[in-house]
Amino acid sequence: MISQFARGRRIASRAGHAAILIFFVTFLAFPFYWMAITTFKTTQDLHNIQNNPYVFHDPPTLRHLSVLFNDTQYLQWLYNTGFVGVIVVVITLLLAVPAGYALARMTGAWAQTLGTAIFLTYLVPPTILFIPFARIVAALGLQDSVWSLVLVYPSFTVPFCTWLLMGFFKAIPRDLEEAAMIDGLSRFGAFLKVVMPISTAGMLTAVIFAFTLVTQEFVYGVTFITASSSYTVSVGVPTFLVRGDVYFWGSMMAACLIASVPIAIIYNFFVDRFVAGFTGGSIR
Amino acid sequence: MSTVAGTFGKTRTQHHVLSRLADNDRWLWSAMLAPAILYIILLVGFPFLLSLYYSVSNATVAGREVQFVGLENFRRIVESGTFWLSLRNTVVITVVSQFLVVVLANILATALLADFRGKWLVRLLILLPWVAPISLGSIGWLWIFDSIYSVINWTARAAGLLGPNEWPIWLGEPNLARTSIIIVNVWRILPLATVIILAGLSSIPQDIHDAAEVDGAGFWRHHFEITTPLILPITLVALLFGIIFTFTDLIVVFVLTRGGPYDTTQVIASWAYFTGIQGGDLAGGAAISLFLFPVLAGVAILFLWVARRAEVT
Repeated sequence: MISQFARGRRIASRAGHAAILIFFVTFLAFPFYWMAITTFKTTQDLHNIQNNPYVFHDPPTLRHLSVLFNDTQYLQWLYNTGFVGVIVVVITLLLAVPAGYALARMTGAWAQTLGTAIFLTYLVPPTILFIPFARIVAALGLQDSVWSLVLVYPSFTVPFCTWLLMGFFKAIPRDLEEAAMIDGLSRFGAFLKVVMPISTAGMLTAVIFAFTLVTQEFVYGVTFITASSSYTVSVGVPTFLVRGDVYFWGSMMAACLIASVPIAIIYNFFVDRFVAGFTGGSIR
Repeated sequence: MSTVAGTFGKTRTQHHVLSRLADNDRWLWSAMLAPAILYIILLVGFPFLLSLYYSVSNATVAGREVQFVGLENFRRIVESGTFWLSLRNTVVITVVSQFLVVVLANILATALLADFRGKWLVRLLILLPWVAPISLGSIGWLWIFDSIYSVINWTARAAGLLGPNEWPIWLGEPNLARTSIIIVNVWRILPLATVIILAGLSSIPQDIHDAAEVDGAGFWRHHFEITTPLILPITLVALLFGIIFTFTDLIVVFVLTRGGPYDTTQVIASWAYFTGIQGGDLAGGAAISLFLFPVLAGVAILFLWVARRAEVT
């Protein structure tokens, strides 16, 4: 009797748990599922209100994908995003790795203050800075060029990655460098030859997040660039494809899906470290 | 002979100086920090000051001459009805969406704490909205909220929730449009908040849960008197990030409604964009965007306070 009651309770709590998860997965992943279905439906099928939108009435088609790749500049936008991303990542590492290490190893009250100050600059949003930047970019003659984005994007990737790497370097025991310094290396030498090689995981994390920040950025892209051949993906799709009265929903959904999912899968492997870095300094 | 010795001596001193510099921590730290700090000052500090200057000038996209006009821009903004509407929209969207995010993230994080089959897949799926570029995610929603082909409306009708003549135009009616913007913001921030709170939940030592068990605390008491206070600091961190990302966002509004119908869904950030860039009124746009700053400063101060408190305990 009692055990039956306990079993009933356990089943109920399992069912409740599953229901909660199903609700959230549906809410959060539904738009991507919807993008996927729309990508492969014929326009005629999409534009018939009588049809049940969850199933295929016409056989699936690749037409929207072919339109996206052949008749729009989507590939160019993907290329621009990758190009800007790679250069920004390199600049970010060059600036943030030394800065993060210095902040992790400096002693004294001001190291903490400086670290916090750098983190706070990450909280200054593009929506406050985009107007002066528009003028600066115009003055430098960089409007409509992806180089304007290369110049500006490190303004948020550098603070963020410095903070992330600072937490990472702090977790590496000081003894390692001290032993190397006793063996005759300078502090900087110890950093290059001892700390850097064992920090590849931390730097890889910084690379992923800097790259993701670049692919996500919208405000600067839409402000500086009006020539469609210089758009990044996150600006090109909503400004160029959503124009006029005719919406090519199939191609648009394909464009969104293709740019979103690969990054999500890579990101998933690094998310724990990301959270540690994100909350680390402010909580520990 | 002497030249050889001279060169040799010189390189030795040079090497010596370099290695002494590399060993002198104060020099080394400054050299390693300087490039990053310089870049940040040039690309965050300088534009910010420029923004302050534009807000009291008459700068336009076309004009070359910039004159000081005092508080004229701010007077113009405060007298505009769109400003008060944008400010209200910004506050309402932020408060409502972040309230929902904190509640939902706590539920979802608690559900994710248990071990179950397929956990990695669930985690991947719920993270998608955070990782995908938000402009692209918003386009997905634009299609879901479409005036004619909205899947929400179709499903609601099939389920009998909507009558034959009811077909809500999600983005065409001010209140529905604001609701849509709130939904997309919740959708967007929820994964991040969940992951942060989950990290907080997992860091509570098992002993504490065991002790509560032994003391006979029920589920709700356990949850609200033990777990919640323990994860309060980290929940606050999640909330502060959520506030910043929502309060300053213009993408969701830009993609879904462009501020329409008739500027009723405009937020501060989007109005600053439409005024400053599309309208060419740089001074006005800069002044509008500065209204975001007091809240950001407040959030930053809260951040520091949380950080200090967490360190003490």
